[in-house]
Amino acid sequence: MTDETSNVPAEQPEGQPRANDQPQAGGKEKYYVRFTLAQRYLHVVLFSSFLGLAATGLPMRFSDNTTARFFARMVGGFGAILFFHKFCAVVLTLAFLYHLKDIFTRSVVHREKGIFWGPTSMVPNWKDVQDVIGHLRWFVGMGPKPQFERYAYWEKFDYWAVFWGMIVIGFSGYAMWFAPFFARFLPGWALNAVLVIHGEEALLAILFIFSIHFVNTHLRPDSFPMDMVIFTGKETDEEFRKKRTLEYERLAAQGKLEARIGDKPVYWWENFARVVGFTAILIGLLLLVLTLIGYFGTA
Amino acid sequence: MLAALLFLGLPSMLLAQTDCLSCHADKTMQDAAGHSVGVDADTFHASIHGSLSCTDCHTSIKQYPHPDKLTPVKCAACHADQATGLGGSVHASVSAQPCTSCHGDAHSIFPKTDARSAVYPLNIPRTCGTCHSDPALAKKYGLQNVYSVYMDSIHGYAVSKEGLLVAANCMSCHGSHHILSHKDPQSPTFKTNIPNTCGTCHGGVMAEYASGVHGKAVAGGNLAAPVCSDCHTAHAILQPTLADFRMQSTPICGSCHKGRFATYQDTFHSQLGLLGGYVETARCWDCHGAHNILPESDPNSPVNPANLIKTCGRCHADANASFVKYQPHANPRNRKLNPPLFYTRFFMNLLLWSVLGFFSLHTLLWFIRAKREQGKAGPAEEEKHD
Repeated sequence: MTDETSNVPAEQPEGQPRANDQPQAGGKEKYYVRFTLAQRYLHVVLFSSFLGLAATGLPMRFSDNTTARFFARMVGGFGAILFFHKFCAVVLTLAFLYHLKDIFTRSVVHREKGIFWGPTSMVPNWKDVQDVIGHLRWFVGMGPKPQFERYAYWEKFDYWAVFWGMIVIGFSGYAMWFAPFFARFLPGWALNAVLVIHGEEALLAILFIFSIHFVNTHLRPDSFPMDMVIFTGKETDEEFRKKRTLEYERLAAQGKLEARIGDKPVYWWENFARVVGFTAILIGLLLLVLTLIGYFGTA
Repeated sequence: MLAALLFLGLPSMLLAQTDCLSCHADKTMQDAAGHSVGVDADTFHASIHGSLSCTDCHTSIKQYPHPDKLTPVKCAACHADQATGLGGSVHASVSAQPCTSCHGDAHSIFPKTDARSAVYPLNIPRTCGTCHSDPALAKKYGLQNVYSVYMDSIHGYAVSKEGLLVAANCMSCHGSHHILSHKDPQSPTFKTNIPNTCGTCHGGVMAEYASGVHGKAVAGGNLAAPVCSDCHTAHAILQPTLADFRMQSTPICGSCHKGRFATYQDTFHSQLGLLGGYVETARCWDCHGAHNILPESDPNSPVNPANLIKTCGRCHADANASFVKYQPHANPRNRKLNPPLFYTRFFMNLLLWSVLGFFSLHTLLWFIRAKREQGKAGPAEEEKHD
């Protein structure tokens, strides 16, 4: 999700598996690398801190809700809640800064191509607009299914939603944390506005991630029950061809496909990732239910 | 023995204590109806009435042997003022022996300054509590069951744990003999009299209260304005710095100031405060003051614009002129009062619902299509791959 773009040469690294191995290509399925180890870890840090922020932020937002109060009391009252919230916020901020630094290094220092434009970029382009329309038409049986490049439009939206969300929620959050300092350059009413902005944007993030992102990425029939690629970094030849046909074909045409081959993910790693991933999804769904109860119960 | 014989020989003489006690010192002695008529001589001698003759109170006894049936003792013969007061009080019709209900056994009454007295300040709550902790009785007279909440209150604690003689006990507020209903304008617990009643001890607070908006309103005859007990409650009074009190009192202010309470609830101050733990976020009186609340326009009010930096600065160390422009009661739903806030909320909600609306539909349609696709093409595709 946080992955700005990673083009072909950068896709190799990752320590454990050896990349080019023809023996495997024979009988069993081939695996292709999609995410680097660092990107996968970033996703884990991102969702862990996000779950922490949601779990501690929701009780504050819906503080007249009994479940919220019960939970707050369990962890030691609002002092503890606020501490955890700020702690997770700092972790997420660091992850965000790391990501910005990563983009900077890759684009400016290493002069990597395709970060800000082209088929591998996270930046939306005209094809994404066509894809939205084409996809919607396909949903209702009015056209063929569009084929996607490295990042489909909903994945780009996920990325930018989080990117924008972190700036907006982060800025408004720090404005409240250090209100007297921010008051030096913000008008008085902004101190009122930041709580509204923080709360509403966070609500959007929570509802979006725990419903739309979960379904689009993990729970939809093609990936059900969880798309493991963000944990293992690799996907099967079939998945790659089906989900990202255009990227697959482009790489094949450029003769770069072989360079992307990786080992089959190790069992323990995949199983461990499943446990972590499902835990995260379950916590997320629980928070989603509580959010809806809080929102519609007290509206 | 000789003395006893001597007196027995003189039946018409008025009797001294010793004569009566020659029989009544037997503590197991009972009359025909089974009531104890024994007297503990030592206690009686030590009691406030110890120097009196038995017949000073038991006036119907003129000689020995005395009749079985005696007229009831009339305390009022000596204690006329108290009797008059009691006669007009809520306890007037309560008991056949109204005096002993509170003062205890007639032969062991001590002055109220004596720790053995049932009406010694530290004993009063227990004495009143003998009746006023009885739920059945409370129900019968339509009273609240106040004894246990009083004992848990700051006053009850001062009496029972600290042994403070000056701490308010029942009598301090309700009086003793002439106790009146709080609905009676003469009662010290009648709404408009409460500031003075509490002020008997809390003189400083009473003066502050009298100068504030609530005190002035009550003095001006506005009975809707709060007196001490409206915020602090009457019996369950808590130490105001306790988290429980800080939590409970904000809704009390809100019960009159509904609009202000609703907008306060939208703020961070309220949201955090509701989550329990140590409640240090600003509650009503942290900003407005407690007893001498003044209108915002008053230069002495802590919420007067000129004083805000100081007031906010009590919690927010770096409060500055721009910081205190924060509105602790802003209403994002009110376009006229808070336009920037209103539009901020409007925009955020628009964003929220348009994004969620679009993607909910998008995801739902996708899900259905993908499911159908899977059902149709799934087996066929598998064949193709095999």
